[in-house]
Amino acid sequence: MGKLFIRVIRRDLLLAYRRRADVLTTLFFFVIVVSLFPLGVGPEMKTLRLIAPGVVWVAALLASMLSLQRLFAADYQDGTLEQMLLAPHPLGVIVLGKIVAHWMVSGLPLALMAPLLGLQFDLPPEALGILFIALLLGTPILSLIGAVGAALTLGLRGGGVLLSLLVLPLYIPALIFGAGAVEAYIAGVSPEGHLSLLAALLIFSGLATPWITALALRIAME
Amino acid sequence: MAQEALLSLSLAPVYRPDSMLEVVHLSCLRGERTLFTDLSFTLSPGELLQVAGANGSGKTSLLRMLCGLSAPLAGEIRWNNAAARGEDFNRDLLYIGHHSAVKEELTPLENLLIASTFASAPLTESQALDALNRIGLGGREHLPTKALSQGQKRRVGLARLLVSNAPLWILDEPLTALDVLAVELIQARLAEHLAQQGMIVLTTHQALQVPGITPRQIALS
Repeated sequence: MGKLFIRVIRRDLLLAYRRRADVLTTLFFFVIVVSLFPLGVGPEMKTLRLIAPGVVWVAALLASMLSLQRLFAADYQDGTLEQMLLAPHPLGVIVLGKIVAHWMVSGLPLALMAPLLGLQFDLPPEALGILFIALLLGTPILSLIGAVGAALTLGLRGGGVLLSLLVLPLYIPALIFGAGAVEAYIAGVSPEGHLSLLAALLIFSGLATPWITALALRIAME
Repeated sequence: MAQEALLSLSLAPVYRPDSMLEVVHLSCLRGERTLFTDLSFTLSPGELLQVAGANGSGKTSLLRMLCGLSAPLAGEIRWNNAAARGEDFNRDLLYIGHHSAVKEELTPLENLLIASTFASAPLTESQALDALNRIGLGGREHLPTKALSQGQKRRVGLARLLVSNAPLWILDEPLTALDVLAVELIQARLAEHLAQQGMIVLTTHQALQVPGITPRQIALS
């Protein structure tokens, strides 16, 4: 079963590599949205430091929405999803593999990019480190929760808009604790509490959402 | 295409002589239309069932139901005296649907290797190359599938037939878009599968000529 998990990840990474443009769109969207704020707000260092965590996190949420719809759509259209449902393995394992691959191409690059973008907001080096850790813990949550929404809206007309309405409210806890960690550090408080809660959220969604997603996919395929 | 050449490719079959597919009083509703009601049949090893009927008569719905992809309105489907669902049933099943689960971005070789992973009978690269060669894709194993013709894409999906050891095959229009040679190859493979005590349920609008077999037919109206 572990082998299958690895093979699913490798397959999705290979597909993402063959469709590089899609991956780059998400990353560029994130970079551009974050970079627009310092230009729009002006060179007011204090204000920029204050809004930085929130801006980076909201941009990450929106960027993740861009790529979510593609998580199952292609497999749904060409019949691969049927084969996954009929595989003699727990569907949750295949789904988790797809989510992990999705995070590696759409979440991880955002986390890696964030410290660089944070420089535009005059964040101190330690705050940049915490921003990176918070995103490293938080972006997988976005992929995990988003997968449920992507499965529920599979094959629906106007699914994209519905997906945003469904998933964005569920992102709120990750947003609060993720942005809160950096804000706490800037305010001189330890960010540990925020990061622990973020990690707890990650574990919980990692355990629950693959199975919920699998169930939603079965319903979508009926 | 020689029969022995085909045989050498198939993996050790997992057939049981007492395997049986039973369909009991099955009914199907699509939207507000009842497609069929009270459909019953059994399928034993070595038998081929051809589902006939006009477009929209519910052939694909029936096949998807047999696979367990959708739930019947009433009735039940049993495989070896248990409900035809779950991992054990899936291990015994090969389903090739209307969409052949072929990724345009991947090469035929990658497609076949990945399909075999999902079917939990992973192939080695040389086995996969051999199968592609036999189905007439020799020399195109490493081209992106989107560069192939419609019929060749179908062949990529159907290559799974050459390497499957599942006893129950459910095939939705397997002969569409294939040329005469490929149709002959597929029919020879079907005959071989039946000779090995496999079972096949399929739909086709083409005349089916499986050597040595008179297909049973059910008609949906």
